[in-house]
Amino acid sequence: MDELKLSVASSPHASHPVGTQSLMRDVLIALIPAMAMGIYVFGFRALIQTIVSVIFCEIFEWGYCKLMHKPIPCKDLSAAITGVLLVFVCPVTLPYWTIIIGDFFAIVIVKQLFGGLGTNFLNPALAGRAFLMLSYPVPMTTWALPGQANWAPLGMSVGQDYIDAFTGATPLSIDYMKNAEDALNLTASQFSLGDMFIGNIGGTVGEVSAIALLIGGIYLICRGVIRPRIPVAYIATVAVLTLIFSRSGGHFDFVWMLREIFAGGLFLGAFFMATDYVTSPNTPKGEIIFGIGAGLLVVFIRYFGGYPEGVCYSILVMNILVWLIDKATMPARFGVTKEMRQAEKEAAKAAKKAAKEGSEA
Amino acid sequence: MKQLFYGGVHPAEHKELSEHKPIRPLNKAPAEVVIPMSMHIGAPCKPVVAKGDTVMVGQVIGETAGLGAPIHASVSGTVKAVEPRPGTGGTPTMSVVIENDFQNTLHPDCKPRENVDALTPQEIIDIIRDAGCTGMGGAGFPTHVKISSAVGKADTIIINGAECEPYITADHRLMLEHGEKIIGGVRFIMKALQLDHAYIGIENNKMDAVAHLRELLGDAKDVTVKDLRTRYPQGAEKQLIQAITGREVPPGKLPADVGCCVFNAATTAAIYDAVANGLPLFQRVITITGGAVNDPVNLIAPLGTPFSHLIEEAGGFKGTPARVIAGGPMMGFAQYDMSVTMGKASNCILVLSKDEMPKTDPNPTCIRCARCVNVCPMHLTPVFMNMYGKQRRWSEVEELRIMDCMECGCCQFICPARIPLVQQFRTAKFAIRQAAAKK
Repeated sequence: MDELKLSVASSPHASHPVGTQSLMRDVLIALIPAMAMGIYVFGFRALIQTIVSVIFCEIFEWGYCKLMHKPIPCKDLSAAITGVLLVFVCPVTLPYWTIIIGDFFAIVIVKQLFGGLGTNFLNPALAGRAFLMLSYPVPMTTWALPGQANWAPLGMSVGQDYIDAFTGATPLSIDYMKNAEDALNLTASQFSLGDMFIGNIGGTVGEVSAIALLIGGIYLICRGVIRPRIPVAYIATVAVLTLIFSRSGGHFDFVWMLREIFAGGLFLGAFFMATDYVTSPNTPKGEIIFGIGAGLLVVFIRYFGGYPEGVCYSILVMNILVWLIDKATMPARFGVTKEMRQAEKEAAKAAKKAAKEGSEA
Repeated sequence: MKQLFYGGVHPAEHKELSEHKPIRPLNKAPAEVVIPMSMHIGAPCKPVVAKGDTVMVGQVIGETAGLGAPIHASVSGTVKAVEPRPGTGGTPTMSVVIENDFQNTLHPDCKPRENVDALTPQEIIDIIRDAGCTGMGGAGFPTHVKISSAVGKADTIIINGAECEPYITADHRLMLEHGEKIIGGVRFIMKALQLDHAYIGIENNKMDAVAHLRELLGDAKDVTVKDLRTRYPQGAEKQLIQAITGREVPPGKLPADVGCCVFNAATTAAIYDAVANGLPLFQRVITITGGAVNDPVNLIAPLGTPFSHLIEEAGGFKGTPARVIAGGPMMGFAQYDMSVTMGKASNCILVLSKDEMPKTDPNPTCIRCARCVNVCPMHLTPVFMNMYGKQRRWSEVEELRIMDCMECGCCQFICPARIPLVQQFRTAKFAIRQAAAKK
């Protein structure tokens, strides 16, 4: 047995089959239903946009790492997710070059300059969207209307004609522009609740279909990729607030509440963006606080802000608070009971008091 | 049957390899045994035999002065050497090497005890000490010390039959085939601690053992067999106490401080053998398993049998083994030398094939998925411990309560980035202890 070659390592000598790459692959799989609905509603261009965005995200990631002599991380697929999500939060009418600028900002500025995977403090796709929103506000708010018409200009570049021909408003922007009662009537006539659930509405590529996003989200939860705490806390907060303070006149208007949670990419944000591992809290309590905080911000921005949608900025703001939330919600130490913590606190207080009195004397 | 401890993981069990194989003695006794003088927590034993001495099975060959338990010869024969030999812990250990005469002559003191019912608690504790009983699940705490320090303090006795590590089936087979020894042993412990009730905790992947013990108990109400959810680390002392009684052992405290006293199932059987049959602890049940042995088995083998001999008993290596582990896959020690021998706490030799090896990554990148936080049974935050530890910021790591870490390996097992967390925490703990010693 002399020629045996045995490897030695510290325990454990077993590992879970799920690795980083398979987690990321699951996220991409979960995005397929929303992608399919995006293509169905907005035409083939949505698919081309996504492919372009994914390719450029991977190129930027590869190029940066090559330039900085860092190990190439392209295998982990995280840049691909950023690419898909960035397209999902942009209108289908957006020119390709704008998407590529967004990809650059997301991957190089937000992700790699802060240290790459695991160290960025903002969600790259949302930060990319926020950047595009500030830089190119008009194309970023030119919404294509759903319908077969979108399939007609296949292959042609987006000219002014195309935009003029097929654009309209999203449910939330209508709500925002009109006063509340008119808005309800108008949106009700234009987009029914069923349309909003299925995805037959205007908006960004990925946000339109609540049901497709819900399927993807449930898939992620069942596969154990994401924990349900953040999305549940997030959507529940928005639901409760919009139910209590509905703007349709009366209180406890369920239709209003459902419109609010189906619209504006809330499901996209809740399942795919707020749950981003890197930019969400790591403690169980922190996750709930994060979800509730983001939910409050969504409603505040939609109701009182200068901007019809709140999902993007609510998550970005909460991203910045993650480190604080984690610090404040460290899990309780094993074996330390409430009484013991209380006693410890009192002892610390007494010691402080004694020290104070000592210094005074 | 609820899950009553926080976190944990459920690794693939692989128990099917050996769980239906009855315990059998060795086909061929080892030609020599190497008995390490340190098989327990505390001071190593002092050898009381010299080269050339003739010894019998069950004869004391190592005596202890401080915390510890005596060690007995496991075969009869001649002492060939008393010298340091490689140990499973990685460092050379003073060992007694006995050349087997294959006679198996039993020491005259080893005979069944009459009148066991008349023994006083103190007498039972003394018998357990003289028999060299130590914890047989891993840590190897001397059993008589555990009992005497818990007398009057403990109100709950727990027998640990969880066997939560994957692959291992030694305790499972023991409970199935020698259930009466377990129950007899529990009753001796109850007498020694002067308590009238005890729990036996068994994971529900061993329902046959649960049913068997319940059947043996019949209408007796003094022992309750609890089936627990299969979840690693159910068999960790603090987690088992939490699962059965709901109590949490405070940091730095012992189970006796919350009124609990936990004994391994194998230890319980050894206590029965010691008290009723007069047999000291010189043999134990050990599982030889894994994808790279031909015939996984459960053996009852004399202490000091070399790993190479035990693997031969299991049909030898199948193909090229990738890793040989003393213990289970989650907390066992990888071995590089097959001449190391089994001790009182060796419950398993696991031979992994290449396919069973843990996945590694040359460039592990934490994605802060917090899976480690969600599985840590000690409520720690390995994600942050790793972050600070990588920068060698030990004081921050210490503030994150790294000293509570019991190295169960759940965090590293679940880590999708394959970060060697446990190894890093061991390094950090070592550095923190050294810094504290300097002060």
